[in-house]
Formats: sequence, C-alpha cells, structure tokens
Amino acid sequence: MEQKFAIKVDDLTVAYDYKPVLWDIDLAVPEGVLMAIVGPNGAGKSTLIKAVLGIIKPIAGSISIYDKPYKEQRKLVAYVPQKGSVDWDFPTTAIDVVMMGTYGSLGWIKRPGQKEKKAALEALEKVGMLPFKNRQISQLSGGQQQRVFLARALVQNASIYFMDEPFQGVDASTEIAIINILKELRKAGKTLVVVHHDLQTVPEYFDWVTFLNVKKIAAGPVKEIFNDDNLTKTYGINYKVAINK
Amino acid sequence: MSITEYFELVFTDYTLRTITLGTAVLGAICGMLGSFAVLRKQSLLGDAISHAALPGIAIAFLITGAKDSNVLMLGALVSGLIGTFWIRGIITKTHLKSDTALGLILSLFFGFGMLLLTFIQKQPNANQAGLDKYLFGQAATLVEKDVTIMVIVTGICLIVLLLFWKEFKILLFDADYTKTLGFNTKFIDILITFFIVLAIVLGLQTVGVVLMSALLLAPAAAARQWTNSLKVMIILAAIFGAFSGVLGTAISASDNNLSTGPVIVLVAGVFVLFSFIFSPERGILFREIRFRKNRNDLQLKKTLQFMYGIAKTHENISHPHAIRILNNFQGFTKGSLRTMEEKEWIQLKGQEWSLTSVGFEEAKNLFNQQKND
Repeated sequence: MEQKFAIKVDDLTVAYDYKPVLWDIDLAVPEGVLMAIVGPNGAGKSTLIKAVLGIIKPIAGSISIYDKPYKEQRKLVAYVPQKGSVDWDFPTTAIDVVMMGTYGSLGWIKRPGQKEKKAALEALEKVGMLPFKNRQISQLSGGQQQRVFLARALVQNASIYFMDEPFQGVDASTEIAIINILKELRKAGKTLVVVHHDLQTVPEYFDWVTFLNVKKIAAGPVKEIFNDDNLTKTYGINYKVAINK
Repeated sequence: MSITEYFELVFTDYTLRTITLGTAVLGAICGMLGSFAVLRKQSLLGDAISHAALPGIAIAFLITGAKDSNVLMLGALVSGLIGTFWIRGIITKTHLKSDTALGLILSLFFGFGMLLLTFIQKQPNANQAGLDKYLFGQAATLVEKDVTIMVIVTGICLIVLLLFWKEFKILLFDADYTKTLGFNTKFIDILITFFIVLAIVLGLQTVGVVLMSALLLAPAAAARQWTNSLKVMIILAAIFGAFSGVLGTAISASDNNLSTGPVIVLVAGVFVLFSFIFSPERGILFREIRFRKNRNDLQLKKTLQFMYGIAKTHENISHPHAIRILNNFQGFTKGSLRTMEEKEWIQLKGQEWSLTSVGFEEAKNLFNQQKND
C-alpha cells in the first residue's frame, strides 16, 4: 500500500539577508506520525515550521499539505507558536486566547458565539485549565500559558499540528500532561510536528524524527534513524560521548 | 472668565459648546486608537506621525494660499502617511531598528516643516499669521465644521472597530498566528495604522504637532491600569481622553489664556499619575498594601505552624501551653496572637494559649492550600 503523506516539502530554501537558514530541504511527513524536529540552535527548526505555515516567505521550493498548497488547506492545520513570541501582559483572559483558535473557521467579521465558547471550554478542560478560564493571562505560570496555547490549537480541530518547543520552560507535570495529549492526538490519526530540544526524551515521546541543521541530515522512524551517527552529523559532536564526560 | 463660569456657559454659549464638544470627541478617538498603539508597543509611532504631518500643513498652505483647516488637515494626512510608510520601509528594507527609523523620520520631517514655516512667515501674504498655532494647538480656533468632521471620523472609526474587533484583537496579541489562520494581517495592520494617523491629524489643530502623541498615549496608559479586558480598556481610554480634552480646554479657556495643547496633555498626565498610584490591581499604593498584608499573613501562619508542631505531640490538640514557650520562635507579638484569636485559630487564657480545631486544620492544610491557589 502506498503511504499517504500529510506534509511534503520540496527543495525548500529560506534565507534571512544573505545567509541561508534552510538549504534545499526535501521532506515528506507520513500521515499519523508524532514527529520531532531536532537540531542545534540556529539550525532553522522554527523557520521550517514558519515557512510551511506561510509566515515566512521562502526563496525557493514548494510546500504541500495533503497534495495541495497550504493556502487551500489552512483549516486542516493548527499551530502552537513559541510561548515567548507574544506579550503575556496583554489584557485578555485564558478563555479568550483559546477562543482565538476558532477565528480561522469563523472568517472575517463574524464573531464567536455559544458554539465556539463551548469548544473553547472543552479544550481548556482537556489541558486541565478549566479552573483558570477567566484568569488574566499574565497571572498564569509558564506551564499554564503553554497549556492555554495548546488548547487554542486544539479548538482548531485540525488534522496536522505544528508546535514550536511546547516543552520549553515547563515543569515535569505539565510536560507529561502535554505529551499525553499529543499521544492521544496521534492515536486519533492526527499528524504532529514538534520542534524539540531534549534529545533524551525523543525515543520515548516520538515515533518519527527529522534531524536538521540548515540542511536535512536525516528523517525517518525513531527506531531506525535515531542513532549516534545522525546525532553526530547534526550536532557536530559525538553526543553520547560528550554527555558522559 | 473663571472655570466655574466656563462650565456655566458651556451649555448656552455657542462657541464654547463647539470647542468643548470638539476636544471631547478628539480625546475620545485618540484614547481609543491610542490603546492600539500602546498595546502594539508602537507608542513612539504617534510622535513620529504628528511631527511628520507638519510639512504637509505648510505645503498645503503654500499651494492654496488659504488657511482653510480642512485643506491643511488633508496636507497633514498625506505627509503623515508618507512618514509612516517611510518608517515601515526603513524598518523592513534596512537593518535599522524601529526606534532609529522613528527618530530619523520624526526629526527630518519636523525640521523640513519648520523650515517651510519660517519661509512662509517671510512671505508678504497677510494670511500667513497663525500657522505656528499648529505647533502647540489652539482649541479656540475650532469651528463647527471642524467638529463635524471629527464626529464623522470618530463614527467611522467606531464602526470599523466594531466590525473588525476580533481581527484587531488577535493581530494585537499574536500576529504570526493570525497569519496562519488565513487573515490578511497586512490589511488589518494598515487599517489600524491609517486610523491612528487620522486621529493624530484631527488633533493637530487643537493639541499641536509637538504634544499630540501624549494625547494618544496617556489615556491608554491610564486605562490599562484599571482593567484586564481589552474592551474595557478601550472604553476607559476614550472616557479619560474625553475628560482630558474638556478639562484642558476649560482650564486653558479660563483667565490666563494658556495654550490648549499643553494643558490638555497635562490633564491627561494627571489621569496617568492617579492611575499609576491608585488603581486597585496594578497601582503602586495597593500593591504595597497587599505586599505588607501578605507578609503579615505569612508571619501569622508561621506562628501557627510552630504551635501546630507543639500541639500535635499532645493527644488533646487544645491542650493549653504557656506563651513563654513560643519565645524561642521570634515571629510573634501580642498583637499577632490576638489576630490569631480573632481568626479562631487559638484561644488565649492568661499566659497560656491553646490551639482550636479550626487552627489545627488550618495548620495541617497550610502547604496544600498554597499549592492549590
């Protein structure tokens, strides 16, 4: 049986100013995987996600979501940006932020109503944030803010989820809560692409992995390709030897 | 005329009514749009735009030779918009940071505007006197036609705000995310910026080029202190702005004939100062009070915890103990013991204290409680 690809990236090149950040990336993400993107700082992990989502304009290359351009498939895609990318002192509440996830399907001008509110409450419940729904977002802890962002993506009810470092700066209980939700989504047949920094947890959390350092080093099932060889190629050091020192 | 006379006359005197209505509407629209500027961290943009408008006023006068406020405003609008787009251009096309771009455009346009003003003053045209009013503003020059335009623009602005409320809000909070949802963020952005420029241009005649940005920012900064809701913030900013306009005009129109712009801005500044100190959640005063109260509360809880440590070794938790045995724990006073009695945590009898069951439970759950908060 031929495998179905959720995301296909061909010859993608992105540059800020003169320096290429991503160089000639080819990538095919099969449907239904929970994929980590790993690589050193400045490897272009966030940029790859942003280019796929159309936030950054690439110099060259094409991107398709289920064989169609992203623009036509927007409603199939949800995004969890880095927590630090917004100002959390913005005057709004947790439920309000989660409701923003419904804006895309509402389109221009139309306001969210009861149906959208119900979806937002369900998403908050799923991430364990229901008791905090009316809390001003600046008064949430870092982990709670991350959960709110995740809930906002959940209400988008998408098929593909892109997450930029969802485990950054969260405590162990939040990390477990988040990974459980991600695994649940995968079980429901969703595809997840997660920028991830903690190499220790890759085999435990993910079933697919992409090694990235400006160029794509390798991509495939964790069981087959998550090895010293690829880690060394990506990070430029013998990872296992270096941490055991 | 004194201020009380002003307020007696404001409803009957045609000129005063026009001027007051004008400054009130102006304050309201500036407060509303200023909230967006503040939340987008573009506070300085207003300053740059208002200064950039000056050459437009001068050129409009040079072309028409008349001091019609609408024509001058149109000139201001064009040159304000040019300034804004140049700022955006500098930021996106060069490596310069936004503060550099703002400073550059502000001073270049303002310098050019001043140059044109001095050039105009040397012209034999008798009409030229009074253009310098645009530097610090003069509400007294407002006529009904000006106010009508202000009301119309404010009305349009309100409609746009209500229509695109959701889009404005999400763009202000998370622009990248907005883009992924399929909204044309550039369009929303230009819409907001256009209305900010429009509000500034409307205010130039009354408040002046130099101080216009303060009327944009001060009401918004004050309003942010009182609320955690965007909607309430914008409404409050409009109210603060309107009051600043009216009170400022009243003060400047009475006795001393002070420049309107500076007075309005100073009144707005008083709103800001008051809000910074007295707003219940973010204000300095209540934060300090809360801080002290928390510290006292913690002190009480520490004492209770110490008592709990003693009491739980006894079979009867309410077994009385001498106050003296608390002495090697320094954190209590007669006053704090009395407070604890009022909370029914302990009972005091002469020189002895005993824990109540309420106090026992409180102490037992002390740490769990803090975790659940």
